[in-house]
Amino acid sequence: MLEKGLTGSNLYKGWMAFLLCLIGVGVLSYSQQYQYGLGYTGMSRDVSWGLYISQFTFLVGVAAGGLMLVLPYYVHDYKAFGRITILGEFMAIGAVVMCLLFIMADLGQPIRALNVMLHPTTHSMLFYDMIVLNGYLILNVLCGWVVLNAHQKGVKYPKWIKPFIYLSIPWAISIHTVTAFLYCGLPGRHFWLTAILAPRFLASAFAAGPALLMIIAMILKRTTKFDIGREAQDKLVTIIGYAALVNFFFVGCELFVGYYSNLPGHMHTLDYLFFGLEHDGHMYNNLVPFMRFSTVAGLVGIPLLFISRSQKSDGMLVAACSLVFVSLWIDKGLGLVLGGFVPNPLNYITEYYPSIGEIAITVGIWATGFFVMSLLYKIAITVTLESES
Amino acid sequence: MDSKRRKFLKIAGLGAIAGVTAPMAFNSLLKGEAFASGGHGHEAAEHGSAHKDAVPQGKQYGLVVDVKKFGNQPGLGRKCIHACHSLHNVPDFGNKKDEIKWIWIEKYENAFTEHSHYKRNEELHKMPIMTLCNHCANPPCVRACPTQATFKNKDGIVMMDYHRCIGCRFCMAACPYGARSFNWRSPRGANELGKPFIKRINPDYPTRMRGVVEKCTLCNERLAHGKLPACVEASNGAMVFGDLNDPGSAINKVLSENFTIQRKPSAGTNPSIFYIL
Repeated sequence: MLEKGLTGSNLYKGWMAFLLCLIGVGVLSYSQQYQYGLGYTGMSRDVSWGLYISQFTFLVGVAAGGLMLVLPYYVHDYKAFGRITILGEFMAIGAVVMCLLFIMADLGQPIRALNVMLHPTTHSMLFYDMIVLNGYLILNVLCGWVVLNAHQKGVKYPKWIKPFIYLSIPWAISIHTVTAFLYCGLPGRHFWLTAILAPRFLASAFAAGPALLMIIAMILKRTTKFDIGREAQDKLVTIIGYAALVNFFFVGCELFVGYYSNLPGHMHTLDYLFFGLEHDGHMYNNLVPFMRFSTVAGLVGIPLLFISRSQKSDGMLVAACSLVFVSLWIDKGLGLVLGGFVPNPLNYITEYYPSIGEIAITVGIWATGFFVMSLLYKIAITVTLESES
Repeated sequence: MDSKRRKFLKIAGLGAIAGVTAPMAFNSLLKGEAFASGGHGHEAAEHGSAHKDAVPQGKQYGLVVDVKKFGNQPGLGRKCIHACHSLHNVPDFGNKKDEIKWIWIEKYENAFTEHSHYKRNEELHKMPIMTLCNHCANPPCVRACPTQATFKNKDGIVMMDYHRCIGCRFCMAACPYGARSFNWRSPRGANELGKPFIKRINPDYPTRMRGVVEKCTLCNERLAHGKLPACVEASNGAMVFGDLNDPGSAINKVLSENFTIQRKPSAGTNPSIFYIL
């Protein structure tokens, strides 16, 4: 089946070549980082995690978001999702690949990564994260491939795969829960120390994952004969819309607790993210424009999403999904991780600016994920269209 | 009928497996936590919860820092820092981004962020607060580390294994005291002007490689030879070292006679560094 990914239209080839160029730049930058050390990035003693870990956190959500397609189709036998379920599974594969690459890029001693397995440490959340992420990758590769194979032969998927499909559902929840536990179990970081973090992660994941999928599906509708269908499209809008609303509700809860309790530790990071934080006569606010844009994009994107459905406008739908996706990306892929380090445990403020090389590596890893996704989608779509004609 | 029965047995079997394994897994999780906090392996595990007060068993080395004495002797703090950093090959990169420090001077308001700074006592706010790893009885960094590269030693010291550390910096995010530094670049090199980051390498102590975390280890290498930690030795009596769990120790005498405070007691870490103000 793999060979179906190697041929295609000029558009497909051009897209893949473009991604390969980005990957190449990323690899070159990474080799520089590998030579020099992580000082190559903008990270510092005070902001010790940067773009890599924040992208990782966001993408775990995108991966978990596949659940919103798998669950209705396999558990509730919701037939309209028949065509996109496989897209959801393959998106999860691409996202987990990016997650793992981001973790590797962030390690000071990447060649020692296997120490996590050689010295299993049951009290470290990172140990569990390693298990659930790799497990989720394997589950999705297995389920996606077997189902697609059956599809190609024009038969229903074999029975033995069902338990694995069912297992992948709680597993999807576990990957994002454990990822939230990385943060919310740390006693010295007020911004992360909130029991609502895992639910909030899941809510944003269930909006961001399907939103990305919707954008991809709309692109496919334009460029190929692959159409997920109006019913699936409308149902996805409901899922994205409500999940995004729940996420905003959770953000509101955080704001209430912070500002009504008036606890300085709870307010500092919120101040820093949304208004800027003053310290020793200097205003620190480099994330404020992003966070405000994220809020506006969310507030505009969600209503637009529902309007696009009643108007049956694909253009508006893509715009709405893009707004929601970007809003959530800023919220979790920038603000959540970077904001958590401000102020530092000694109440100093250090602002983080990623280096050019760091951005190149980040883009390279995103490109790798999209490369994997595109390849898998190409195969899936070719198989689907062939078996239908 | 038969297939129904088979289905039932299948479900019952799966349920039994889950029932047996889940508590076991949960137990091992708790054990792990107890290990992280107590550092006495199974012994600590048998005593149960990780969230009790300082475990009064085994050794727990700690320090008492007399802030007034440091305030009265200008330059004493710098002397202690130099004693530590030169002994342990701590590099000086000359910038804040790459900074590595094991012990340093902090302002009162930054060291004790939970205390009120309203209507401040000017004298207190000028005092140099010696800041270093707290060697917590219940260290969050040890809990977070995925490889046990940072671990609680039998004597209560929070240790580092530079050869096992993968450089994930989870411990840095977990430490409520900002006590940990990362080798963002090789400390063995030199800057553009050829000035080495480590002024003079002490051959008796290892240098680190890039990509690993480091911090104060309470001079475990000196303790092994019956010597005091370097900062304590250089402190002219302004720092007292000893076993917090030994009722007869000198440090316990100081602690019983003076009012002392710890940094961020609300974090539940039970720091082993005490301050006399």
